[in-house]
Amino acid sequence: MSSPAIEIEKLSKEYPYGFLHLKKKRSLEDLSMQVQRGEVFGFLGPNGAGKSTTIKLLMRLIFPTSGTARILGKPIEDVSMHQNIGYLPEQPYFYDYLTAAELLDYFARIHGLKAPERRERVERMLKKVGLDTAKKIQLRKYSKGMLQRAGLAQAILHDPEVVVLDEPMSGLDPLGRREVRDIILELKKGGRTVLFSTHILSDAEMLCDRVGVIVGGKLRGVGTPGEMVGIQVQGMEILFEWHGAQPFPLVEKATKTGERYRVQLPEVEVYPALDELKAAGARILSVVQVKPTLEDFFMNLVDADRAQANAVEVSAP
Amino acid sequence: MRNVWVVATNTFREAVRDRVLYNLVFFALLMMGAAILVGQISIGIQQSVIVSLGLTAISVIGIFIAVFIGVGLVSKEMDKRTLYAVLAKPVQRWQFLLGKYGGLVMTLAVNTAAMAVGLYVALWAVKHPLEKSDWYVLVAVYLIWLKLALIVALAMLFSCFTTPFLAILFTVGIYIAGLYAEDLRTMQAMDLTPTTMKFLRGISYTLPNFENFNVMGAVAHARGVPAALVWQDTGYALLYAAIVLLGSAVIFARRNLK
Repeated sequence: MSSPAIEIEKLSKEYPYGFLHLKKKRSLEDLSMQVQRGEVFGFLGPNGAGKSTTIKLLMRLIFPTSGTARILGKPIEDVSMHQNIGYLPEQPYFYDYLTAAELLDYFARIHGLKAPERRERVERMLKKVGLDTAKKIQLRKYSKGMLQRAGLAQAILHDPEVVVLDEPMSGLDPLGRREVRDIILELKKGGRTVLFSTHILSDAEMLCDRVGVIVGGKLRGVGTPGEMVGIQVQGMEILFEWHGAQPFPLVEKATKTGERYRVQLPEVEVYPALDELKAAGARILSVVQVKPTLEDFFMNLVDADRAQANAVEVSAP
Repeated sequence: MRNVWVVATNTFREAVRDRVLYNLVFFALLMMGAAILVGQISIGIQQSVIVSLGLTAISVIGIFIAVFIGVGLVSKEMDKRTLYAVLAKPVQRWQFLLGKYGGLVMTLAVNTAAMAVGLYVALWAVKHPLEKSDWYVLVAVYLIWLKLALIVALAMLFSCFTTPFLAILFTVGIYIAGLYAEDLRTMQAMDLTPTTMKFLRGISYTLPNFENFNVMGAVAHARGVPAALVWQDTGYALLYAAIVLLGSAVIFARRNLK
């Protein structure tokens, strides 16, 4: 049986601070998790939660205080493993005196690709991320979104087995975000493993096989987006249009947006409500289940964390 | 070594695109001015003046580039986070460091060689044809380049563990102290205790002896440079730079990036 794509065991990171660096701030605490081969894994958390710290530890840009990690079965200290990893840093910044084509050529040379293959790959990647028309412009003239695209291109240039993207949607317009989503799905289709961090929950819900939620340096849960938010139905939502003059109880209970009314009810009250609407001559547009979203789950965790922090602060002498 | 070469050529390209070689224009103007002036006011000592002025300019301009760009080689990459994507590739940190070093030393070689050409043009303008002794200037230029390579290694070492400002101060400090390393060793005449003498001698051997690379006086007066000195200086610069780079690599390998 092949090993997981990414295995993290009790990874912790402390940063020294203050005079003579005597104090220590823990930004990651005993993180253990696995990302299976071929899955898209979303790493969720608010700003400062420890997402980027974890990714930087995996990319050996910083070193752990304790714990270990393996990628494709090899310890992260093994540099040769990076031949099979693609990485997009958060808010990437590249050599601005290079053009996008030169930058990709530079990275392709580091990966040991021969000249004809380099040319072909660079062209293909630039086209894929929509920079083929701007390939001869120096990166210092690029917008944030264009730099993000160049960063994505260098991350997948060498066709890596594992792709790690730190906030890949950051700085992109809706079109750019959609293109990144398509690239992630294409990577998954090609059997690649993708780990990406984000605080945009809709992206995670749309793309991820599983997500891990990290808050305050601690992993708070790992599972499918469905598992994370639970499967219980909270109620039903009815959307309808009504142009009558005499209000009835359901209309008074509903929220009006433009010409439409929206009302949320317990499941058992749905059929009587539909009868009531029919009798009043309303046009029913939709009846859908109401489930908690990943955002609800996420906000509950953050609120619980803050409440705990406040409680500690209050009880402190 | 492929990765070292790739990083080095990119560093060279960076220096060219950031217009580092524009200093050559200043050097050319200086040499032209000197040639015109020397031709008018001095007879018989043109060679000495032109050679002294040219070699001093090559050295000073080179030191500026070696210190300021040398310190920025790693610190700028860390500050701008441009090295994140590079170090996430199959590149060892020491390979990156050596590549950056090699790129700047290569830039300095091109820069120094171009200035040497300018110096010869100025020399030819004040006295032609050139004589055999004029080719000693090339040896002096080579030794200046060795000195600059050593300064870059020191600048890089300091930039691996301290701020750019302090790294510049330390590099310049070590350079100035290194110019007097010989004097520290031979301070016999002064009233010093044996312990102090030993300490100063120890420091004098630890400091890079930059005066070793200075043959300007001899060359300006058309005197040759012994081949043994050239070999000795080459070995010394290689060994010293290797030790300093090893220290940089050890520090950089453990450095947490921002």
